[in-house]
Amino acid sequence: MNEIVILSGKGGTGKTSLSAAFATLEKNLVVADCDVDAANLYLILQPKNEIEEVYVSGHRAHIDYSKCTHCGICADYCRFDAISVLDGKVQIIDTSCDGCKLCSRICSVGAIEMLPSDKSRWYAGAYRNGQMVHARLAPGEENSGKLVNVVRNYAKKLAAETNAKTIIIDGPPGTGCPVVSSLTGVKKVILVTEPSKSGFHDLKRIFELAESFNLKSSVVINKYDLNLDMSRKIEEWCKLFSIPVLGRLPFDKQIVEAMLQCKSIIEWQPSSAISREIKNIWQTINSDLI
Amino acid sequence: MKIAVASGKGGTGKTFVSTNLFWAAQKKGITATLVDCDAEEPNDAEFIPGYILNNQKVIQYIPVIDAQKCTFCGKCFDYCNYNAIIYLPDNKFISVVEDLCHDCGACTVACKSGAITLKDKTIGAVRSMYVSIPADLIEAKTEIGVYSPVPVIKKAIKQTKAETLTILDAPPGISCPFIATVEKADYVVLVTEPTPFGLNDLKLSAETLKEIGKPFGVVVNRAGLGNDAVYKWLNEEHITLLMEIPFDKEIARIYSEGKLLVDQDQIYREKFIILLRTIEDKLTK
Repeated sequence: MNEIVILSGKGGTGKTSLSAAFATLEKNLVVADCDVDAANLYLILQPKNEIEEVYVSGHRAHIDYSKCTHCGICADYCRFDAISVLDGKVQIIDTSCDGCKLCSRICSVGAIEMLPSDKSRWYAGAYRNGQMVHARLAPGEENSGKLVNVVRNYAKKLAAETNAKTIIIDGPPGTGCPVVSSLTGVKKVILVTEPSKSGFHDLKRIFELAESFNLKSSVVINKYDLNLDMSRKIEEWCKLFSIPVLGRLPFDKQIVEAMLQCKSIIEWQPSSAISREIKNIWQTINSDLI
Repeated sequence: MKIAVASGKGGTGKTFVSTNLFWAAQKKGITATLVDCDAEEPNDAEFIPGYILNNQKVIQYIPVIDAQKCTFCGKCFDYCNYNAIIYLPDNKFISVVEDLCHDCGACTVACKSGAITLKDKTIGAVRSMYVSIPADLIEAKTEIGVYSPVPVIKKAIKQTKAETLTILDAPPGISCPFIATVEKADYVVLVTEPTPFGLNDLKLSAETLKEIGKPFGVVVNRAGLGNDAVYKWLNEEHITLLMEIPFDKEIARIYSEGKLLVDQDQIYREKFIILLRTIEDKLTK
């Protein structure tokens, strides 16, 4: 099974638009949207969610004030500044609680219980070219990568059941834990960048992360014509590190137009220059060249 | 006054708005601090030149378990809520998985045999930079691959002064790094683009801010792309449209070169000052 992850470091470089295009190039694909914090791919692929599951992201401390003596010992133990003592009253600051449970363990009157954070969901179902798994992390939850693992594992299960050869993973932005969970064990890493100083800077960081896992990356330069000088600099850098540049996509308002129609660019304008380039890139990805 | 600039979706223009707002303010002689809270991918320093005044490491403590002193009672293993302790009593094996540790201190409290000591682990750094007499830049930056940027973000925000105009460039998403940033702000500017992705993520972040009771308004970037669904929604929800920045290849080019629009265009410098005044008015009302 071929797992291909699309990452970028910087947000808004086109990960999801490119993932959507790949996801509509063949039949019998499995797609895993691992940007669980701001999932968008489902807006284009419109899967029929046959499965909806609760994901418990962790626990939050909750004080039972009928038992609490406001001794404040819990606040002394908390390393996350999540318990405040104001005017002699102990309070949990929900948004800071990390769910470590230490306060609940040390409370001598048993006034703190841990309530599950169960507002996050994950979904799976068929879309027009195969199966899709995606998720929605509830606001303020820890984006730990665990939900990403849930999404990826179910995608693998679906791929095995449907004999799908390829899983397309639309990755989250950044270089943190959810990104690590999105790329461990994949076969190919595609880095989408844009010709801007910040896009280039973030490309270097995400490349470094992939290298640290011994994964070979390839690069797609999106909106390359918005700054040809910068695109050239990026290509020179890629050459220096022997990173294959799979293709250059022009800036095209039709990408947004396609999005408004809930279609990928491949479905919206299959014979446009950008779609042809994406098809070439997909062929290279599926060849043994990278 | 603290203003956070945020968006659910990445790449809508948080850094663009933060850096230009900051630059316009300091050009006007307003004392301002810009804090780059996008600790996994900080970019503000690409746009704002400055001298590094200091670079403070952010550390977390990691437990080290001495297997000689350990009685293999298993209490630390029970106490660890992050599965960061590997405990095989039959083999007399006990070890810490550093990447899973959240530095909560529970194992240390659990251990009664003095087998646990702590060591430092660098998870990031907070850099302070001098920009000009009325301005400085503070950058939060995590080491690549750390479990959470929140401790680094918190430390960076702690270095700001309450009386100074502070602009917090928030990380994308609506999970805890976003909350850790916006909860310290008096007002939040949500930057979006008029596309289905932009609107979807705007709704999520607006919902979250309403839940935690933060006042906010919206900047529509790349206006002219996409459709008018975002405007209709803002209208229905009675959310303030603070500013519109049109889609313009020239603006994109200036940004891509790491330059500031307000340096090149006097009209935009005024527009960003108006944005600042509008927010001040909203907060004093």
